[in-house]
Amino acid sequence: MSTYQIAALGRGSTRLGRLRGLIRGRCVLIVAGSVVAVTVLTAVFAPLIAPYDPNAVDPTAVYQPSSSAHWLGTDDAGRDILSRLLYGARSSLLAPALVTLTAGLVGTALAVSAAWLGGWYDRLVSALLDIVFGFPGLILAVVVAAMFGAGLTVAVVTLSVAYLPFIGRVVRSAALRERQLPYVSALRMLGVSGRRICLRHLTPNLLPLVLVQIATSYGYALLDVAAFSFIGLGVQPPTAEWGLMVANGSTGILAGRPEQSLYAGVVIVVFVIACNLLGGSLSQRLLGDNR
Amino acid sequence: MIWRFIARRTAMLVVTGLVASIAVYSALFVAPGDPATLLIGGGKPPNPHLLAEIHRQYHLDDPFLQGYWRWLSGMLHGDAGQSLSYRDSVTHLVTGRIGNTLFLIAYAAVLIIVPGVVLGTVAALRGGLGETVVTAVTTAFMAVPTFVMSVLLIWWLSVQWRWFPAYGAGSGFAGRVEHLTLPALALAAAWTAYVAQVTRSAVRTELVSEHVQTARARGIPERVVVRKHILRNASGPIFSVAGVAVAGLIAGCAVVEQAFGINGIGALLIQSAAKQDLAVVQALALITVVVFVAINTLVDVVTVALDHRVSLEGTS
Repeated sequence: MSTYQIAALGRGSTRLGRLRGLIRGRCVLIVAGSVVAVTVLTAVFAPLIAPYDPNAVDPTAVYQPSSSAHWLGTDDAGRDILSRLLYGARSSLLAPALVTLTAGLVGTALAVSAAWLGGWYDRLVSALLDIVFGFPGLILAVVVAAMFGAGLTVAVVTLSVAYLPFIGRVVRSAALRERQLPYVSALRMLGVSGRRICLRHLTPNLLPLVLVQIATSYGYALLDVAAFSFIGLGVQPPTAEWGLMVANGSTGILAGRPEQSLYAGVVIVVFVIACNLLGGSLSQRLLGDNR
Repeated sequence: MIWRFIARRTAMLVVTGLVASIAVYSALFVAPGDPATLLIGGGKPPNPHLLAEIHRQYHLDDPFLQGYWRWLSGMLHGDAGQSLSYRDSVTHLVTGRIGNTLFLIAYAAVLIIVPGVVLGTVAALRGGLGETVVTAVTTAFMAVPTFVMSVLLIWWLSVQWRWFPAYGAGSGFAGRVEHLTLPALALAAAWTAYVAQVTRSAVRTELVSEHVQTARARGIPERVVVRKHILRNASGPIFSVAGVAVAGLIAGCAVVEQAFGINGIGALLIQSAAKQDLAVVQALALITVVVFVAINTLVDVVTVALDHRVSLEGTS
């Protein structure tokens, strides 16, 4: 049994206050949670749900308004917008998930090891995290795209680096506080090795914080990946992706056919709001109301 | 105390700038293939004669440090090399475009700070329904990314209402204001909402503080209390958030310039990245990062200079 579980058992707190919080948060949580769940499910089952092939070009059906055949109409190449939105969910959701998970994993490893080892290693890691924090992530990604060519891989790798400080800095300061606690010195006195303390006790105790940081940065990562595709350096056409669809539809706007851009934009905004609400409520549950 | 803080932050700025410049310069060598082919622009068939010429012209066969020093000192002297895809000097490319970008950033900064602070203050002072509405609307705006906002504004204010042009930067002051209003709005919207929220909560905190109660109890007119006791004390967080917002504009304007077809350095950065024209990308990335970090440093220093308690908290 890890110390986190023991701490959780002892955390009785005021039952009434917690109940009130649960009720208040519940409505928002249900709506946001179902938006996220439905979007994830459509991404997974896109081939089963989508009425058309997302890349099927039909020159005879360009810029169709919404109809029973094409619920959301067609785009400038006669492709079904609904099918493209459904398929687009796959890369739009997967890329930021990879970004936040990589940043979470590497950031936590760096942060815990830095807080545990201290000394010059800690100073080096903190300085590097500070420097990366000072860099605008999008500019970093643009430079890397100029080196290796545009593409989703470049966006994911660079943004993972850019998101390291968001997790690393917070986790490091929490780990510093955590290692001062009596149970750590007790474990050391019992002769438990530093590696084991870090892996089996410190990291599990910091896990709620890491999860909250991953969840709250997911929405921002999604927006960054979409923006990167929007400026033409991320996902390349003809792959369906939300940010790319907003860019792709902008030529249609001037011709009075804004459907593709508007629908893709609305999908992005609604999904990100739901993600942020979910992240906020996760942080309330796992870390208490004070954040 | 304050001087030590300034010295530390300046040292940090210089270190970040140096790290950024080394990282940006080594991009040339980390990138796959011969750097000379990157300087030509990716994709073209390499001509050995041209490659050798570029190697000589760009001193690509020099040791890393020597080449780096040549590039950095060139940058500091305003010589950022040649762009092969634009067939022009990078300095000339940048000076021709930077006016549009600076105008856009300044315009957006005004649109962020003035409405943001006014909205937040009014919401906090009035309270009630107005406060709820402002909070709800700003929360929604904060979730709308710049590129979606650009598209919405083009559709709504340019295509449907025909109030503003959707494309280009215009010339002269009036022309620029007309052309850059929509881009500036798109760039500002989310940040304005953010500044409004921070202002609201800062003013709200001061509103219930003890010194404000005391001031009211002493019979000081409400107008004076608001101006001297509430707004002045709330100005710290507002200022630092506004500074972060303006620094964020520098990175964000690339997206907006691309969306509205504005001939600025952000669009230049993106277009040359797409062409893999590394000379331009290196120069612009270094400028952008240094300005971004410098503004953040300046904001931190001014925040501390305004309120010494911050530096005490920061160093403890």
